[in-house]
Amino acid sequence: MPLDRKDVLTLEDMSAREMELILDTADSLKEILGRDIKKVPTLRGRSVLTLFYEPSTRTRTSFELAGKYMSADTVNIATQASAVVKGESLKDTAWTVEAMGIDCIVMRHPVSGAPHFLARICQASVINAGDGMHEHPTQGLLDMFTIRERKGTLAGLKVAIIGDILHSRVARSNVWGLSKMGAEVWLAGPPTLMPPGIERTGAKVTHRIEEAIEGADVVMVLRLQLERQKKGLFPTIREYSRLFGVDRRRLALAADDFILMHPGPMNRGVEIASDVADADHSVIIDQVTNGVAVRMAVLYLLLGGSPADMHRDLEAGGEGK
Amino acid sequence: MRLVIAGGLVADPEAGKAEVADVVIEDGRIKAVGPGLAGEAGAGTRKGETVIDAAGKVVLPGLVDAHVHLREPGQEHKEDIASGTAAAALGGFTSVAAMPNTDPVIDDRVGVEFVKERAAAVGLVNVFPVGAVTKGRKGVELAEMGEMAEAGAVAFSDDGRPVSSGEVMRLALEYAGMFGRPIISHCEDTDLSAGGVMHLGYWSTVLGLKGVPAAAEEVMVARDIILARLTGGRVHLTHLSTAGSMELVRRAKEEGLAVTCDITPHHIALTDEAVRTLDYDTSTKVNPPLRTEADREALRLAVREGLVDLIATDHAPHHLDDKDVEYDHAAFGISGLETAVGLVVTHLVGGGHLDWVGVARLMSANPARLLGLEDKGTLRPGADADVTVIDPEAEWTVDPETFASKGRNTPFAGLTLRGRVTETIVGGRIVVRGGRLV
Repeated sequence: MPLDRKDVLTLEDMSAREMELILDTADSLKEILGRDIKKVPTLRGRSVLTLFYEPSTRTRTSFELAGKYMSADTVNIATQASAVVKGESLKDTAWTVEAMGIDCIVMRHPVSGAPHFLARICQASVINAGDGMHEHPTQGLLDMFTIRERKGTLAGLKVAIIGDILHSRVARSNVWGLSKMGAEVWLAGPPTLMPPGIERTGAKVTHRIEEAIEGADVVMVLRLQLERQKKGLFPTIREYSRLFGVDRRRLALAADDFILMHPGPMNRGVEIASDVADADHSVIIDQVTNGVAVRMAVLYLLLGGSPADMHRDLEAGGEGK
Repeated sequence: MRLVIAGGLVADPEAGKAEVADVVIEDGRIKAVGPGLAGEAGAGTRKGETVIDAAGKVVLPGLVDAHVHLREPGQEHKEDIASGTAAAALGGFTSVAAMPNTDPVIDDRVGVEFVKERAAAVGLVNVFPVGAVTKGRKGVELAEMGEMAEAGAVAFSDDGRPVSSGEVMRLALEYAGMFGRPIISHCEDTDLSAGGVMHLGYWSTVLGLKGVPAAAEEVMVARDIILARLTGGRVHLTHLSTAGSMELVRRAKEEGLAVTCDITPHHIALTDEAVRTLDYDTSTKVNPPLRTEADREALRLAVREGLVDLIATDHAPHHLDDKDVEYDHAAFGISGLETAVGLVVTHLVGGGHLDWVGVARLMSANPARLLGLEDKGTLRPGADADVTVIDPEAEWTVDPETFASKGRNTPFAGLTLRGRVTETIVGGRIVVRGGRLV
């Protein structure tokens, strides 16, 4: 078995060995994205459903393209235009699509743990494409892939994650993934946006952004949900930006060859200054490309492909050139 | 009609001792308790006499659960008085206090009478209605406690919700004092708990679920204790779950305030880590939430030290559809009547935290006293012949499919527990025999 599991729900429960397998597989598959004809027959006859209960541009599109590049049949349910608006429960929706023969369900859901519920009641593989404040494992993997691509390794790097850690599924997946791969993770944000006990994961917590960025090899800026301000979690967007906004001056503290990341979509001028987002150190666009490669790897490994067959499959695809 | 429970270890909460004895019941009342009574009576020879051989078993005054939700009227798809009292009987409870958060809310004489009449018609055990503190449980205006007390309400509670207004709670404590009835307080600061679905701590962080801080409970425990001091009113703090709450209760009791409290079997048996271990299984979703290991240890210590007055199940049955959904959307509550004895024996008696006299105090005598039931929770001659017989060594596996309760929502499914109810006797009538409903 390439990945000895039915579902990919968290990086908390994934071993370093499994993550390495996914990253290595993504390395090989990324080559397809550079071809004229982006199609290999690897997943021919397999079906993938993207079921998104929250809006998404990059995650849903990249999963869909990842499936299509490997010849899977991909379908998409936009919950706004489905029986969900008629009050259909997740259980009934799951059983309905499963009855149509779906092999893999990629789900985004606003409730933490909803993919676990789905995985429990379905035979199909479930990939968590972001659940509530819990995890977003493929985002964590694509971030790790991007860092590894630039730095050659993850072990020993200082990674600073800045912003709203409390509500961030991206932060949680990165904390688990990066820690297991030997990176030193620093978290910076106001105490009101820092979840309790997070330091038990091994991550270091600070409320001084400078301390996190100092000497960092990677600076990862999280999206600030602007509606959090209305709930009183911080006084004003302006003060947040002053205390935790990532700008040129603060980035001067990072290692010379640091990279700057953001999972998108960005609030330019709030958590990240526009000029640094577009500057040399930024790998934000690489993250998007790598998202497709990593999702190809996850689909490939979950739906039965093995690394041994992969090179044969890639060559078979090459015939179509 | 004569019934003899012969040769069991009889735990007497008043005498504070447990010894092998026979319990003789006649005409629905305890006739006598003592060694050798079965022999003297010529067991099995008398006409109309029934003998239950309780050798190797423990005999307790019938268990009293001061906190259950029977859901009738209005939510009979979750539970009704017939199914809920059947669950109580199987769980060894001979009396239950039914919380008023039904639909409609039990907040007047008619509601109290309805529950009593239904219980008299279909109930397998005694049901004592708890009336609401405020009209509609809205926390604004006091309900007609006087008329409800006259009709048989044994206590008042807006359970499921706190009485959030300190002023309304002050008035309620003063007013209820007139009828000698306690206010059972669900301690929760709903600002601090808003949106929370599990304990706020490491596991809520890992699971990305909104947390309820221990402080949401403790702030209200402190408030209620201070209001009890102010009013001299009698407040019973129900389903306490944190180390901090126990510390506050300790100080209140040292001061001599009329404050009592209960804890639930599930808070003794599980911690917040169960939400992770059971992979977001919504049977772990309960209010107050399962707490940390440190809290669990503090509850056990409080039991040992006698700070905990009683154990109550907070039996909260739900329909499958209320639970078979995403975690945030699931209803709070655990169906607890049928696992309570097994959990208490396994976790408290088994752990050496409580002896059998202690069980009789915490699950029979003290809840009866809280609810003003003078002839219950005791085996003194003349008392109501409510008796529970437990096989302390019997091991059994929790199977919700066998529950009499309509609520199959339990995080203990598949778990093996020690200690099983074999007989439940209500008013001299055998309701459960050999672990089955008669």
